[in-house]
Amino acid sequence: MSIVVRIPTQLRTLTQNQEEVTASGDTVRALVDDLGGRFPGLRERIVDDKGIRRFINVFLNDEDVRFLDKLDTAVKAGDVVSLIPAVAGG
Amino acid sequence: MAKSFADLMSETRRGIREVSLEALKERIETRPDFILVDVREGEEFRAGHIPGALHIARGHLESKVESLIGNKDAPIVLYCAGGTRSALAARTLAELGYTQVESANPGFVQWKDRRYPMVVPRVLTGEQRDRYSRHLLLPEVGEKGQAALLDAKVLLLGAGGLGSPSALYLAAAGVGTLGIVDPDTVDASNLQRQVIHATSRVGQPKVDSAEFALRELNPDVKVVKYQERLTSENIDRIFEGYDVIVDGCDNFPTRYLVNDASVMKNKPVVHGSIFRFEGQVTTFVPRVGPCYRCLYPQPPPPELAPSCQEAGVLGVLPGIIGVIQATEAIKLILKKGQPLVGRLLTYDSLGMKFRELKLRRDKECPMCGEAPSITGYIDYEHFCTLG
Repeated sequence: MSIVVRIPTQLRTLTQNQEEVTASGDTVRALVDDLGGRFPGLRERIVDDKGIRRFINVFLNDEDVRFLDKLDTAVKAGDVVSLIPAVAGG
Repeated sequence: MAKSFADLMSETRRGIREVSLEALKERIETRPDFILVDVREGEEFRAGHIPGALHIARGHLESKVESLIGNKDAPIVLYCAGGTRSALAARTLAELGYTQVESANPGFVQWKDRRYPMVVPRVLTGEQRDRYSRHLLLPEVGEKGQAALLDAKVLLLGAGGLGSPSALYLAAAGVGTLGIVDPDTVDASNLQRQVIHATSRVGQPKVDSAEFALRELNPDVKVVKYQERLTSENIDRIFEGYDVIVDGCDNFPTRYLVNDASVMKNKPVVHGSIFRFEGQVTTFVPRVGPCYRCLYPQPPPPELAPSCQEAGVLGVLPGIIGVIQATEAIKLILKKGQPLVGRLLTYDSLGMKFRELKLRRDKECPMCGEAPSITGYIDYEHFCTLG
């Protein structure tokens, strides 16, 4: 299944400046793995061996997957995944 | 034979319960489980009254009281200037079926002479009525809301990209006290977005430059300057007395420090941040909604923090985000509308898209969760400073 993933500005250097990419998989974990295979370095910016890193959030539509099933959250056709990193600038 | 005034008053006093000022003061301080009603004229009330008193002028008592105090068994204490009007009002309330009414004797004149606590509600001057006329026309603001703005104290963290537009609109709106924390001086490269500053003030401390602009805009505003970097040492002193914090600072260590202090001190923070063409805004109200650590428990390690110096930012972007922050601060002061509590608003200026994401309180949050692990301030290493 192909899901749209929105890439934040900070990570677009890893996606050849693409704002949105598509990824395949039935869970958030599978999507992240798929992205990691195609965009080297991206997976490590999202997850570490403990799960989703603590300074980035993964939203499925408008819900933070940490409050769903984390990396095991199921995704379905039409869903949009957004990566929202902490931003400090002012 | 018709009764004289003296007859009427002595008969009235026999039929009601009276309370001394000493006893009233003690009850206000120890068990304020009653409704205090000031029955004097509007002018007298506006010149000063007992804190927390409801105002119903005696002339409107019969017509208004039932809509304002629905429970006829509620304990009520009435007062006026000397104890006469409140005695007559107590008799009227008894006739209307109110069962627990007392009248203070003497009244407010003595209360004031004894220097018991009183408040003087703000009365707008003629100039203020002109200046804020477009606010006064809005029922959601009106005289009461404008007075709340004039009495409000807002602390701006940073007089930079976000702080500039926030400060200008908050001052224009008549927020009475604006604290500004910024250690830096105005640089020519700031002027592309930091609209509170000016070419003629390059080299001046940002707090001085901002104060100058705000004074020019609205002399009602008191500007309190803090030309220092916010640290665990000074944050308690600087936060003291402010109602709302507008966070437009430029680095992670300060963001986390601000969050932790605001949770400890129970102060709302309007959070804004920007990067290149994108911005984020949300409002953190401690224990009502999530805090910054519910969202991001820890700052990123220095090597993954965006390279701020090289990042660049579209000049108008902080204008949009900063003005949204000012809007949130004003709503919090007015207690109107739906603040961005539990909602993260993201803005993409290139795509011209606003999106909203749900933020939830994390039970395991190290700061505001069920078993917080952070009990003191943390000074994270400063690894990123964006001018």
